[in-house]
Amino acid sequence: MDTDLVIEKLRESFETGITEVITKNPKRVTVSIRPDLILKVGEYLYKTAGFRFIIASALHTKRGFEIHYHFSMDKTGLVLSIHVVLDNENPQIESLSNMFNASNWIEREMHELFGINFLNHPNQEKLISEGNWAEGVYPYRKEFK
Amino acid sequence: MSRKTLIPIGPYHPLQEEPELFKLFCDGEIVKDIKWETGYNHRGIEKLSESKTYDQVFFLVERICGICSTSHPFAFANAVEEIAGIEITDRAKYIRSIIGELERLHSHLLWVGLAGHFLGYNTVFMWAWKYREPVLDLFEMITGNRNSYAMFKVGGVRRDIENDKIPVIRKILSDVKKKADLLTGAVMDDPVIHARTRGVGILTKQDVIDYGAVGPTARASGLAIDIRRDDPYAAYPLVNWKVITAETGDVFAKAEVRLLEIYESISIIEQCLDGLEKVKDGDVNVKVKEIPEGSGSGRAEAPRGEVFHFVVSDGSNSPARHKIRAPSYVNIATFKKSCIGQTIADATISLAAVDPCYCCTERMAVAYDLNSGERIMNASELISLSARMSNELKKNLIRQK
Repeated sequence: MDTDLVIEKLRESFETGITEVITKNPKRVTVSIRPDLILKVGEYLYKTAGFRFIIASALHTKRGFEIHYHFSMDKTGLVLSIHVVLDNENPQIESLSNMFNASNWIEREMHELFGINFLNHPNQEKLISEGNWAEGVYPYRKEFK
Repeated sequence: MSRKTLIPIGPYHPLQEEPELFKLFCDGEIVKDIKWETGYNHRGIEKLSESKTYDQVFFLVERICGICSTSHPFAFANAVEEIAGIEITDRAKYIRSIIGELERLHSHLLWVGLAGHFLGYNTVFMWAWKYREPVLDLFEMITGNRNSYAMFKVGGVRRDIENDKIPVIRKILSDVKKKADLLTGAVMDDPVIHARTRGVGILTKQDVIDYGAVGPTARASGLAIDIRRDDPYAAYPLVNWKVITAETGDVFAKAEVRLLEIYESISIIEQCLDGLEKVKDGDVNVKVKEIPEGSGSGRAEAPRGEVFHFVVSDGSNSPARHKIRAPSYVNIATFKKSCIGQTIADATISLAAVDPCYCCTERMAVAYDLNSGERIMNASELISLSARMSNELKKNLIRQK
């Protein structure tokens, strides 16, 4: 499936849920979606279109908590980043880990570094700091003036 | 319910050179469940990266991993060059690929040795590491360093490979190839290695897709993914080579894939050397003015699989966010599939089969208090914490139900 077709299919299936599509080149595309659609978009990419989940990058910006879910289409070399913006006060989003195990660890890591809550995660324990960090301290959060 | 025995591997174990703790919950000889604990080795690289300039980050990411110390700069360079829209010169492309493949060569030889060591077959360990040595010498000749080569920068490489060095490189490579023949023949035909690795630690294709595993771990289960071919970078589109796969997904298949990849690497390096000879002496750098605002995803095929760097730039001279995903991060997680149901003796080689790299998997931050701005832990607190953790661990391991 080439890049244009993927975007077209995504637009068809999730019309209003897609807020922005940035095509930097045929191998690098970022699609911004409404956070409540993440499960459906993830399911479409993983099960129907055959994407591989690479990793998710969370970042704290003035807009709130942003997550880029990076998916790879290995046949074409496309890296598709699904971008969501979460609320600054109560960042939470559905977990993808019930669909594939690849996101299990990174969601736990984002939970402990950014304090983002992944709903229905099978096991949202700490990954890298078990027992040796202060509770409620999220080192990757930033303060904005 | 039967009582399970806990067998710890780690946190400091003579077999593993890095700290981590595998807890094997066993019923008799059989591993019933497994838990992994990490966090002993955090260095805060993702966060540190935000305080370094783009030029400095190369030295930082090079230190994520000692064995594949060029794959991280490779992926980072790809990401930053994507943001700035930089096309590097052909000569730099060839040099980058040569360094990348030499690294794969020494890393695969290192793994074969370690795998032998894990099996209790120390002759393989001695051989493989002896044959790896000339590759490190080659690195020293080309880059000045046996490890952490400091060759990459935005827009090219830091040192040229002079054409008069090429015959020496070819000579060493042909020697390595002969030794690799010897080693491959010995390993592939050895009945003891067959007995210990065939049918052991099997990962099915579906497991690989589920866990998103990459590199030789995925290719040994019949999933032909290789970033060098799928999302080509540097000189890989300019040379001929093939992606090695195997079907069975056991430890033997992983060894087979790595051993055969040694030959592909040698072939790629030879073709790159041909390329270097054809490209006239010239620039290995393009001028880079500034890194504009934007984001870039850089990928590189490390010896262990795909390295992924996501860099967000705010237009300043250092990254605003730098996310790093090393291949071991997804490969180690597959132990749940490969080890459960095995005997303890087979579990160790199954764990080692993904060529795990713990320092790649751990990149943490120094924590500051949000209100006071003070470090949450200072050195003496860390030392007492470490002593407390060791005591707790000892207690837990002894009194495990």
